[in-house]
Amino acid sequence: MKALLLGNAAVTRGAYEAGARVVSSYPGTPSTEITEEAIKYDELYVEWAPNEKVAAETAIGASISGARAMTCCKHVGLNVMADPVFTASYTGVNGGLVIAVADDPGMHSSQNEQDSRHYAKAAKILMLEPADSAECKEFTKQAFELSERFDTPVFLRLTTRISHSQSLVELEERTGGELKDYNKDPAKYVMTPANAIKRHVVVEERSKAETAFAEATELNTVEDNGAKLGVIASGITYQYAKEALGDKANYLKLGVVWPLPEKKIADFAAKCETVYVLEELDPFIEEHCKALSLKVIGKEAFTMLGEYSPNLIRKVILGEAVEETPAADIPVRPPVMCAGCPHRGTFYVLKKLGLTVAGDIGCYTLGSAPPLSSIDTTVCMGASVSAAHGMAKARGEDFAKKLVSVIGDSTFIHSGITGLIDVVYNKGIHTVIILDNSITGMTGHQDNPTTGKTIRGEATKQTDLKLLCKAVGIDSVRIADPFDVKNFEKIVKEETAKDEPSVIIAQRPCALLKTVKYTGRAVITDKCRDCKVCMKAGCPAITLRDGRPYIEPTQCNGCGLCVNICPFGAIEKEDA
Amino acid sequence: METKSIMIVGVGGQGTLLASRIIGNTVIAEGYDVKVSEVHGMSQRGGSVVTYVRYGEKVWSPVVDKGGADLILAFEPLEAMRALPYLKKGGKLIVNTQQIDPMPVITGAKEYPAGLCDTLKEQADTAVIDAASLALEAGTIKAVNVVLIGVTAKNSAIAKEKWIESLKTTVPPKFLDVNLKAFELGFAAG
Repeated sequence: MKALLLGNAAVTRGAYEAGARVVSSYPGTPSTEITEEAIKYDELYVEWAPNEKVAAETAIGASISGARAMTCCKHVGLNVMADPVFTASYTGVNGGLVIAVADDPGMHSSQNEQDSRHYAKAAKILMLEPADSAECKEFTKQAFELSERFDTPVFLRLTTRISHSQSLVELEERTGGELKDYNKDPAKYVMTPANAIKRHVVVEERSKAETAFAEATELNTVEDNGAKLGVIASGITYQYAKEALGDKANYLKLGVVWPLPEKKIADFAAKCETVYVLEELDPFIEEHCKALSLKVIGKEAFTMLGEYSPNLIRKVILGEAVEETPAADIPVRPPVMCAGCPHRGTFYVLKKLGLTVAGDIGCYTLGSAPPLSSIDTTVCMGASVSAAHGMAKARGEDFAKKLVSVIGDSTFIHSGITGLIDVVYNKGIHTVIILDNSITGMTGHQDNPTTGKTIRGEATKQTDLKLLCKAVGIDSVRIADPFDVKNFEKIVKEETAKDEPSVIIAQRPCALLKTVKYTGRAVITDKCRDCKVCMKAGCPAITLRDGRPYIEPTQCNGCGLCVNICPFGAIEKEDA
Repeated sequence: METKSIMIVGVGGQGTLLASRIIGNTVIAEGYDVKVSEVHGMSQRGGSVVTYVRYGEKVWSPVVDKGGADLILAFEPLEAMRALPYLKKGGKLIVNTQQIDPMPVITGAKEYPAGLCDTLKEQADTAVIDAASLALEAGTIKAVNVVLIGVTAKNSAIAKEKWIESLKTTVPPKFLDVNLKAFELGFAAG
């Protein structure tokens, strides 16, 4: 039976068919759906972990104990899990272990454009890269096989266009993946220096065997069209090349992107007059070719930036320019916080108070955009609390009292809590605002330890944010509704003025949650004095009509924030 | 058959993703190879969203390049204008008249271009559809995307019945009647 599947869903299907038993991940676009899809299969134990490091360690433990296991992350999530992954390369596996990592060329939903293939080389871990959904499924199954065959974790590298495009997949039965015996084996799994020294020898031997495999495997295919032009590509760039060049080129399609098959590449290059390496982001394959003294063309003709496209390949390789209608000079449409977003109240107040705001990763990063323009810094998950701490230490108490960090509930659990412990331990004094919207928002509503539900929607113990902050030594923890702007402003003023660290939990659920039922809509009445204060909230429903504020009824969800903001009581709620 | 490319553009939250999936399911039922490319994550938050459906004997790239779209289905006029460079020469543009101001317009930094639908008509073979009114006529404003699917069906080489079958498998049964009505209204307007 064939099905139209998202690349990510096909990876999940592959794990299911391969007999995987455990999936543990932290959400991150464009990888999230791999784990979300796993709840469709009763045979899989699946969980959202508090962060990628915990997820990877859970998968590693499951593998050591004999189960086929998988962890999935976005490229920057791999940074978080890098520590256990590098050493898991030394321990190897018992049940197959697959690490699916999705890069985001073009940064559709990311803070950087790093290339995960470097991790494969650095950690000496086999890496496969599928080029469509059918391959997503097939390569995932192969990854489990190879993991057990070579006693190594295996990376499955995806990119946004592979993860988030749907194509046809042949569905098969689940076979294999029986729980293997667990035998205590400290020489293999206890990485003391004495043991690790011996395991490193194994890793180097394994790399040689994997290279021999890469030379022989059908995952790396040559398509000889009798052309003078040769293309070396993997993943999405293979599809772009086929689209642009058809049979005008010979292809070496690499399904194994680490280790690289040196002989196969050299043989392919020798048969072509001109060879292009087509790869998004870094010149990973290209540098390898050049180290082999092969004459290939790569980044000097293409780009390190963003995504490739068939048109780009046509232009560079064939010299064909496509006739295009020039782009019109029209207003951009950046993403915005939704109507009813609880974060809007928080940032409205922070902007009004003119505070320095160390931000974090989530929907609320949009608090950096006009008109709220509140956020000063965004680096990575958890960096708000610790970066603000560094700012406060560097610039002193006066600065610290005009400074807050803002971090979402899920992000706080992910890696904000360690920063908060640092603040307490080292006598920092700034105020941390936890934006508790009852869900992991940006990645599309995943449960987390603060929601009281598992990924399968089962009730579980709920991490109490207030108790948690108290437990690490924050004496002043207050809960406030960011839509009650007057009170919220008062609390922020009081807490930032204190000579001690404090936490404000800004509590209001995401407006897109099904449990949130705002009714009616806001309308601007005759009392409006055209001060336009309501427009400072940056609500997509409040716009100008004939120069005056107007609330677009189809956009308004009746959240009522603007009613609280209007200084003249000129906005009222009415039934929709 | 040469690969056909459809581009669906709109504003995050308008239901473009569902539209692209309905179109995808319809062309699969016709026995074509198909690729549907979606956008998830940050850009969904009220930003410009673009999805692609490509189908034919064998589809390679899941994305549509500039100058490559046979059909652009635009849920919003400004997004239609933004997508215009992607339309193939002689391609068809379907545009919903419902204007949604982007944040630079809301803050007053930019103006929403006047007379966009007329400009679009001058530049391309354009069908202008008031999908919101038709959806309301069908019974719910939420059926805007199905109205536009109806318009798309009218402009496709695929039989109307196939579209209706696909709709039946995608839409929850209790909303089927209103959606079928929305589809018919869109089909008639296309």
